[in-house]
Amino acid sequence: MKCKRILFLTGIVLAAAALAVAAGFTTAEAAKAQKAVILATTTSTQDSGLLDVLIPMFEKKTGYFVKTIAVGSGQAMAMGAKGEADVLLVHSPAAEKKFMADGNGVERRLIMHNDFIIVGPPNDPAKIKGVKKAAEAFKKIASSGSIFMSRGDKSGTHAKEMDIWKAAAVKVEGEKWYQQTGLGMGQTLAVAAEKKTYTLADRGTYLALKKGLGLDILVEGDGILLNIYHVIEVNPKKWPKANFAGGKAFADFMVSKEAQAVIKTFGVDKYGSPLFFPDAGKKVEDLGL
Amino acid sequence: MDIILDGIRQAFILLFSLDPEVIGITWFSLKVSGTATFISLFIGMSIGTVVALTQFPGRHLVVSLINTGMALPPVVVGLFVTIFLWRNGPLGFLEILYTPAAMILAQAIIATPIVMGISLASMQQLPRKLRLQILALGATRLQMVWILIREARLPLLAAVMAGFGGVISEVGASIMVGGNIKGYTRVLTTATVMETSRGNFDIAIALSIILLLFAYLINLVLTYIQQRERPR
Repeated sequence: MKCKRILFLTGIVLAAAALAVAAGFTTAEAAKAQKAVILATTTSTQDSGLLDVLIPMFEKKTGYFVKTIAVGSGQAMAMGAKGEADVLLVHSPAAEKKFMADGNGVERRLIMHNDFIIVGPPNDPAKIKGVKKAAEAFKKIASSGSIFMSRGDKSGTHAKEMDIWKAAAVKVEGEKWYQQTGLGMGQTLAVAAEKKTYTLADRGTYLALKKGLGLDILVEGDGILLNIYHVIEVNPKKWPKANFAGGKAFADFMVSKEAQAVIKTFGVDKYGSPLFFPDAGKKVEDLGL
Repeated sequence: MDIILDGIRQAFILLFSLDPEVIGITWFSLKVSGTATFISLFIGMSIGTVVALTQFPGRHLVVSLINTGMALPPVVVGLFVTIFLWRNGPLGFLEILYTPAAMILAQAIIATPIVMGISLASMQQLPRKLRLQILALGATRLQMVWILIREARLPLLAAVMAGFGGVISEVGASIMVGGNIKGYTRVLTTATVMETSRGNFDIAIALSIILLLFAYLINLVLTYIQQRERPR
């Protein structure tokens, strides 16, 4: 009998705890939920610090509240395709085109570019320094059996790397010299530096981490190494719960003169050269290295 | 070695200059993990006590499940909480993914089995005859439970420390359900991960030191309460 009373009391305590939590949810969050925009983006825009400048500007101007979820471009698009993000800032053009063709996005606009670089230890065991073509350099890395550190995370950088392997006609699966971190760009660069291996990096993250890394730029300037960022609004017809107005406001902001001016000069004071080049209104075909 | 010394110096600069961002992140970490631990105390201690003091068929199975739950990996909790809280998931109507509420929920799920398991063990190690004696003195069942909890308060405080320690140091679930959003869901652990991947090792070390410092201070207070009177 009395045992039942204990269970009853336990139940009351449980219910009270649940209520307290639920009350916390609704009161504090309801106000913010209305104006929240979920931005799914690649790690490089956050790790380089660019978004720390742009997002407060956007929030101040529009009153929206941006929830930045920094993941690889692959995961960002997967979130968009499931309606779990409102707007994407990504750099994986082939996958983006498929994303649009599948009807997941409304509009895809060019924002900015920089470039990828092949970095490696200064002693350069595969002798790729100064090679003009990225594919040629990858072939040399493969044939010399020097270790290459891949992101291996379906990010935009990883997609670009796979393109270059394809161009080089090298099969990497199961090769001993081909290793995958499954981590973001910053961490992959740190692993590559520690193990003195080659890797493909976006210039922005490399410049931000360069100090004390001990990896040199060995190959740059090939057309295939172009790194292009687009902003995509998620299709509200497919996902009525998505905050389309907020997503569109963010996309519009990214192509605005104000934001483009910030992108143009971002990083100059710290690294001596800009990390990104603003491209709003241009065509991809006109970009070049 | 230089980098560690730099980190320590940076930690003191950040702490004593009362850097608003670091203070904000620290305070927020304590708030989230404190709330989660508090919730887990209610649920964990009540269920732990009931299981410790009753006999029922399948009890061994329940106890083994609770003990397994003590080793619940935070990333697994993070993954499932994320899937449930997706806008188009079963609990999507709550709209709490990437909010502090989601972090509290995930951390409470991580801490509850820890608190439950330790409460269960500490209530069970009380001498069996104590219960009979208390009842024989005319206490009601409820009074008996209260006296037993008082008797077991030293190991129960260990449950609080273990639960709190488990969630304040956890990163996997917090980054998945919170999203590490600046000024909103960024806690000490997720900030440390981000600063590391940005190559700001000195700030990462500074944040780690602040985290250790607060974990130590809180456990110091709890230990002081626990050891105030020597166990007989």
